[in-house]
This record gives sequence, C-alpha cells and structure tokens, in this order.
Amino acid sequence: MAVKYVWEGAIPLQIHLHKSEVASHPPPPPALVLAPRIGYLPLLVHLIKPYFKDSLPPGEDSIWFDYKGLPLKWYIPTGVLFDLLCAEPERPWNLTIHFRGYPSNVLIPCEGEDSVKWNFVNSLKEAAYIINGNCKNVMNMSQSDQEDLWTSVMNGDLDTYTRLSPKIKMGNIEDEFSRKASVSSPQSRQGGTEIDVAGQVKTARVPVRLYVRSVSKDFENLEDVPEMDTWDEISYLNRPVQFLRKEGKCFTLRDAIESLLPEYIRDRAQRSGEEGEQRTTDASDVSQETRGELKLVRIQGIEMKLEIPFSWVVNNLMNPEFYLHISVLVKEPQR
Amino acid sequence: MDSAGEKKEGYLSLEKIIILSSLEGSAEEESLDVTADWSEKEESIDHTVLVQNVEDEAHYYDYHIVYSASYMVPMLYFRGYSSDGKPLSLDVIKRDLPSSSVSLLLESKWTFITQEEHPYLNRPWFKLHPCGTEEWIKLLSESSSSDGCQMPVELYLVSWFSVVGQVVGLKIPREMLI
Repeated sequence: MAVKYVWEGAIPLQIHLHKSEVASHPPPPPALVLAPRIGYLPLLVHLIKPYFKDSLPPGEDSIWFDYKGLPLKWYIPTGVLFDLLCAEPERPWNLTIHFRGYPSNVLIPCEGEDSVKWNFVNSLKEAAYIINGNCKNVMNMSQSDQEDLWTSVMNGDLDTYTRLSPKIKMGNIEDEFSRKASVSSPQSRQGGTEIDVAGQVKTARVPVRLYVRSVSKDFENLEDVPEMDTWDEISYLNRPVQFLRKEGKCFTLRDAIESLLPEYIRDRAQRSGEEGEQRTTDASDVSQETRGELKLVRIQGIEMKLEIPFSWVVNNLMNPEFYLHISVLVKEPQR
Repeated sequence: MDSAGEKKEGYLSLEKIIILSSLEGSAEEESLDVTADWSEKEESIDHTVLVQNVEDEAHYYDYHIVYSASYMVPMLYFRGYSSDGKPLSLDVIKRDLPSSSVSLLLESKWTFITQEEHPYLNRPWFKLHPCGTEEWIKLLSESSSSDGCQMPVELYLVSWFSVVGQVVGLKIPREMLI
C-alpha cells in the first residue's frame, strides 16, 4: 500500500548547533536524526536537545532551524521542506539549530508541540471544508479522538491512524476515472462529492498546497540550481484544485498543476504534435527559451510523471491532514 | 488585468491607519472613519488620515483583505507597529480596540484572532479566523435577498466588513451603506 511507504518515508538529518550558541569547548558534534517526512521539525527537538544542552549559553530556549541561512518554516512538513529546498537531494541533510534569537519578524511563533498540533488540526479543518463543504466532521470529533489522531501522526503510528480515520468522516476524493477503476471494491459514499441522477460525480475540490520555486535560466543538472536566499523566491499557493470533467479524458497531475499555474500551460500543438489551428504566430517561432516550463514536480520525494491520474496521486500521496503538498521547480517564461 | 489580459492575484489593502493612545492611564483610542477605495490593487493605498495633534505614542495599522480560496470568503489580515516600525503584540493591539470590539472578540465563537503568515508577504500577520463567516453572512442577507442567489460583490463586502470591521475597530462611512 502506497500510504505505508508515505508514512515510512524519512529524511536523515545532520543537525549542527549554530556557532554563536556554542558555549563549550570543544564544540559538540552534530546530532544525527531520522526525520519522518510527514512530521515537523519542532517535534524532533526532544531528540536533538540532549546532544547540545551542555553547550548552550544560559537563558530560555526559543528554537528554530535554518538551512544555509534560510530560516525554516516549522509548519511545513519536513519532507516538503527537503523536496523544495534541496533541488539536488542532500544526504544527510545539513541543518542548523538555534536555541536563541528567534526571527519573529520572519517566522510565526512556535511553542513546541502545541503549535504544531494546532496547525495540524487547522489544516485538517481547512481540508474538510474543501472536501465536504464544511468543517463539521472535524468539529464533531471527540476531544480524545482528536488527541489520539494527532498522537498517531506524531508517532508515525499508521495502524492507529488507519483505525481512527473513519471517525474523521472525510468525504471521498474521486473522479470518474478512479471510480470506474475501483468498481470492484464498493465503498460507502460519505458526502463531499455531489452525485447527480446518473450517479456521475459532479464536482470535487481537492486540498492542495503548491510550493513553486522558479529559476530564470535553464539548467542541465539539479546541482546547478542556484540556492535560495529568502522565502520571497517561493510562491506558495494554498488553493484547492477542482476536478474538471472532460468527456473520456483522464484528469492528470499535469492538468491539476496547470489549473493552478495557467502561465505554465504547455502549448497544445507542442503537446500532441498535431498541426493545430491556423495561428497568426507560428508556434515554433516562440522558442523553448522564452516559454515557461515545469521542470520538476516532487511529491513525497518522488519525481512525478505528470500523466499520472490526479485522483491516484491525491489518494495515495496526501499527508495525514488530507492535504497534497506539491513542490514544483519551474523555469520562468521570458517576457 | 495586465497587458496580456491575464487576471492577476491581489488583495485589498488599507494601510497606515493611525490610532493614538495616551501614555498615562487607560489607553483611549480614536476610532477613525476611513473612506477606502475598494478597487483591487496590488500596491497599497496610502491614505492620509486626519489626526488630532496629541503628543502621544502613535500606533500604525495596516489592514489587508485577502480572499481564501479554501473557505471561499474574504479574510482580514492586520498588523500594528509603532513609529519605529516595531511590530505590536496582540495584547497591545487589543488595548487599542474599542471596548465593544474586545467583548465581541471574547464572547463570539465566530471571531478569533490568530497569528499566521500573510499569504503573499511571507511575514507574520494577525488574521481574523474565517470559520463562521459564511454563517453570519447568511444571517445578514436573510432579510434582504429574496431569491437566495449570490448578492453583488460590493454588498457582500460591505456586509462582511460591517461585522469584521467592528472586531478591529474600523467603521464604514455612511456613504458606503446603501
């Protein structure tokens, strides 16, 4: 089952204490931690702190991480941060931890596990609103069920999560294609998608968080991709994808991404190799250099083939809060 | 729309609202009536606001209205800062609000403030949670529209803002209330 691989996915981290906070001699060696992809950096602090507590200067902790100087947004799942920031995957991933000097002008505050849990539940509510049209399913969960669900995510306990997830009563995410494919295993439809008289799924909104990193020049290798200095270089789109129904055609991952990034829609003639209609400008006059291009799409660390049916991607690769996180590297269109 | 005819994403912005608070005793705020140009712009609208001449600490506020694609409602983001640009904490901001707003915040289950990242600006801002928006918009529009279809955007925004604005101490000038 794909979800098992998603939950078992992990990033080896090598965490260095920021040199300004090293109050011991010799300085402590870096901490080696295996971070779950679907987890969050603040949840690893209890594993990391023992390595450094004897080296810290006196005072209260306000913990944050950076990658090559870029403060890391703690509410983004660790796997997504890695896929987005490391064009060429770095193993182990070298991060720096700080216990002082929280950059509160850039990062929203984090009070440890509580903040991460709040963020998780909020995202779950938002996903519920998108899928079901309301947050009632999450609001109606008992406090202890919510706690247990969160704990299962924190501990990477897929068995408990699987046992609890029917209690969330999240609607199914399907389109025509996947419905036909799963005809052999009837499932109870739990609202969310509208069904018309003929039993065809009418509309479906899918929770997606798209992280777009753009480069201005084309590149041969991923290691040639320039480093990121600020988060202003990333466009973050927290916007649902709408399944668009086209007769006989499957809604692919490419279709989904292009619906969010219309400026990267591939030219139709280029795509199908057909003549296309009469154009005032010959399509071949617009060279590859000037066109914007989707260079790389990563989900759960996998470089995705864009022709995969989007419903499969969603149902198999989403995070526990029912959001699909997509990291995209694009080459900007030249104007 | 830009030259290519593409729709561009933007947000409504109302910036540099000044609220004066006296340094001694309880903070007395001046709720300022502001006329806003409700056209979609990407740059901020600079409004010079007439303020009283008081030699007190001035607090500046910026308000942005951003559309939430998930909840399909507008959301109010705001932040406060002092004249040296230093951000104000939520406690300080609450002291600038009229007392009616504070009780609205505390009592209503539909309005609460969280600190989140601005969707476009990559900085922490305060946000008024959108959770109950649809419900109280329905309550507001129940008496007006008879056929139950979508009300015009301007009316929606004014209705929405008449509630949301109260929470953060902004008033709509009478001219806007049709």
